[in-house]
Amino acid sequence: MKKPPTQRRILGPFNRVEGDLEVHVAIDENQVSKAWVNSPLFRGFEQILQAKDPLDALVYTPRICGICSVSQSIAAAQALAVAQGIQICPNGQLAANLILAAENMADHLTHFYLFFMPDFARPVYADKNWFDSIQARFKAQTGTATKEVLPARAALLHLTGILAGKWPHSLAIQPGGTTRPITAQEKISLLTIIRSFRHFLQETLFGAELEQVAAIQSANALSTWQQSYPNADFSRFLMLADDLNLDSLGRAGDCFMSYGAYHNQQTALFKAGVWQHQYAPLEPHQISEDLSHSWLSGEHEAKHPFEGSTLAGNHEPDGYSWCKAPRLDGKMVEVGAIARQIVNGQALIQELVSHSGSNVHHRVVARLLELALVVPEMEKWCQQIHVQDTFCLTAPMPEEAQGAGLVEAARGSLGHWLSIKGGRIDNYQIIAPTTWNFSPRDASAQPGALELALQGTRVEDEAKASVAIQHIIRSFDPCMVCTVH
Amino acid sequence: MTKPFNLLWLQSGGCGGCSMSLLNAETPDFLSYLHLNHIQLLWHPSLSEAGGDEFLALLASIEQGNIQLDALCIEGSVMQGPNGSGRFHILSGTQRPMMQVIASLSEKARYTIAVGNCAAFGGITMAGINPGEACGLQYTGELAGGLLGQNWLSPAQLPVINIAGCPTHPNWVLETLVQIALGDFNQDNLDHYQRPRSYTDHLVHHGCPRNEYYEFKASAEQPTDQGCMMEHRGCLGTQARADCNTRLWNGSGSCLRGGYACINCTAPEFEEPEGHFTRTRQVAGIPVGLPTDVPKAWFVALSSLAKAATPTRLKVNATADHIRIAPGDKTEQDKN
Repeated sequence: MKKPPTQRRILGPFNRVEGDLEVHVAIDENQVSKAWVNSPLFRGFEQILQAKDPLDALVYTPRICGICSVSQSIAAAQALAVAQGIQICPNGQLAANLILAAENMADHLTHFYLFFMPDFARPVYADKNWFDSIQARFKAQTGTATKEVLPARAALLHLTGILAGKWPHSLAIQPGGTTRPITAQEKISLLTIIRSFRHFLQETLFGAELEQVAAIQSANALSTWQQSYPNADFSRFLMLADDLNLDSLGRAGDCFMSYGAYHNQQTALFKAGVWQHQYAPLEPHQISEDLSHSWLSGEHEAKHPFEGSTLAGNHEPDGYSWCKAPRLDGKMVEVGAIARQIVNGQALIQELVSHSGSNVHHRVVARLLELALVVPEMEKWCQQIHVQDTFCLTAPMPEEAQGAGLVEAARGSLGHWLSIKGGRIDNYQIIAPTTWNFSPRDASAQPGALELALQGTRVEDEAKASVAIQHIIRSFDPCMVCTVH
Repeated sequence: MTKPFNLLWLQSGGCGGCSMSLLNAETPDFLSYLHLNHIQLLWHPSLSEAGGDEFLALLASIEQGNIQLDALCIEGSVMQGPNGSGRFHILSGTQRPMMQVIASLSEKARYTIAVGNCAAFGGITMAGINPGEACGLQYTGELAGGLLGQNWLSPAQLPVINIAGCPTHPNWVLETLVQIALGDFNQDNLDHYQRPRSYTDHLVHHGCPRNEYYEFKASAEQPTDQGCMMEHRGCLGTQARADCNTRLWNGSGSCLRGGYACINCTAPEFEEPEGHFTRTRQVAGIPVGLPTDVPKAWFVALSSLAKAATPTRLKVNATADHIRIAPGDKTEQDKN
């Protein structure tokens, strides 16, 4: 019998992905044989930043993204701090960590409840025995969870009202610290905000103390825990994930990278590194960006971001996305909570990934686990603030300098590379988390993480295939506005 | 039962921050606020279930007139590049430039609302060389026109309503929407730049906790200093039209309360200041950009007088990161 011809389909638009995304798939023998991921919006921040006063990057770069705004601020502030040769002061570091963690924890919560779970309340799952309860809880807009989550999220972000003026788009984060010294009374307010958020997570998401969740070190322990707390929203996810085999959906390349997160003067809560079957240190000089399948103009040879450029010129004919293809030592890597946790040696995530690679289930577990790991640390950082000490150091801006700022946004590794000449910005290149995860192919035709993750998805049933593809896409917690910027 | 007022929210060339800010609405939350005021959200990119074909079918129904659209909210700049083609922003799955989709839907919606400085005036995306050829719905910076043209009016005979800000405060958006839905909104509610006067009849300066420092010209020099940020640190609060210090952000915040300058993000072309965002330009020691309606000579005279009268407490605290000298109590001697 003759093999049926390959079908091509264009999928999109996708919502709940913070911006614009289009996916093309080729289908052979009832499964996705190839995928091409397209970011169809270009704004040109790298060109906007050309010739600006270096400190003005603190105004422009947060506005790349309304959901990773603080991460962008911190990456810019770090790149400037390196250029200026200053080290952030201890209070400034604690305040910046708290502001970043508030954004990242709010994003994890928003992703799980508002962006990811509503897909399980779609009519395609109406025949499942869990459908009625999941629909009642997670249906977009009308599910009971939304009314609990929105106030909890808003209350957590009161932390930014105190420490950063507002969220998103604060100017509080500076190279040497933060602009907002706090009083002893405000320190109590901050602690109470964090503890209220802990209470919400314990009551609603986990049904147990955060420390108990953080102590889950194996797949067996996770399963026992799920049976012990069946009414928690995390358990509801684990139950339907088992039923739908979400751990066999959306496997990418199993090579992970993290820039490390939540630094203090000596160390970091989550260390930087690379994981491919084992840990290796991160070598930032191995990062390069390749334009071969992007619409951007420039030499096709992959370049380190200090040498890179971002120019939308001729709509290059080989391109299929505005996104570049970032690679680490020529390899495609996956970034995000799963990468941060495996690189940091978290035992549960290491066991899960060694068993079945990166996939929809493991990405979501890692993200929720991070809520349990980070919120107790936020309480500690808050208590470590010495209200009488300085919050910000300053230094002159050099006429010529370079600096890189590497930070972990909720959805993965974000880097800024800045060069200053004649006291102005000479070059500014940005690689966002979803630039890594949703990159197009590179010169050696190596696909990006999502492109690989979509391969093999079964499409016999069109409605089920459509929703499966959406689970895979959203499991990365994409931020498309950052991707191309 | 009243027919619900329906609302479609689309994102153009922006960061999504105005939507994220909208989710910060409190007592009640954003969705409850709409629901209680009989506003039906037809679709929002962060909150709706429908995507792909279902969403495209909804757009088609509106464009064909099968669904009457009351309000169209656009967030983000209109991307006209490259060379006016709009190909810098294609609506996924359609090959249609987003600028065409916006132009088509705005003919159908009774009211068109630009949410955020980008949609209103072009905003941050227009900065520098404006690589994306970004503009607003009815303005390109200060210049009237934009995508729809200076004289464009919606079917309800109003121009684009520009809820400018970067980002917008959730209640600027929600209160304007409810006013519109109630039929309580007309041309008199708009200022010169078509912004709702409900928040632009105020100055960011109003309610600034640093007002006493302002009165005595006791100025901050470093990022964490407590003093007024107008003289050295670039603050435009005395010119910026918004109620940020009387209607606070994220509970108790505002830019000035967060220790940094107001950059006038409700105004067109805020993205290209004449100098640096956080350093005040001065000519002969006098800040450029005094309060808009205070005569300059008077301002200078009053400032010199105020500086001469500045109490030690304010002078010291203005350049300190914490209050060094607390206000004293009245002594018996003072009372006599």
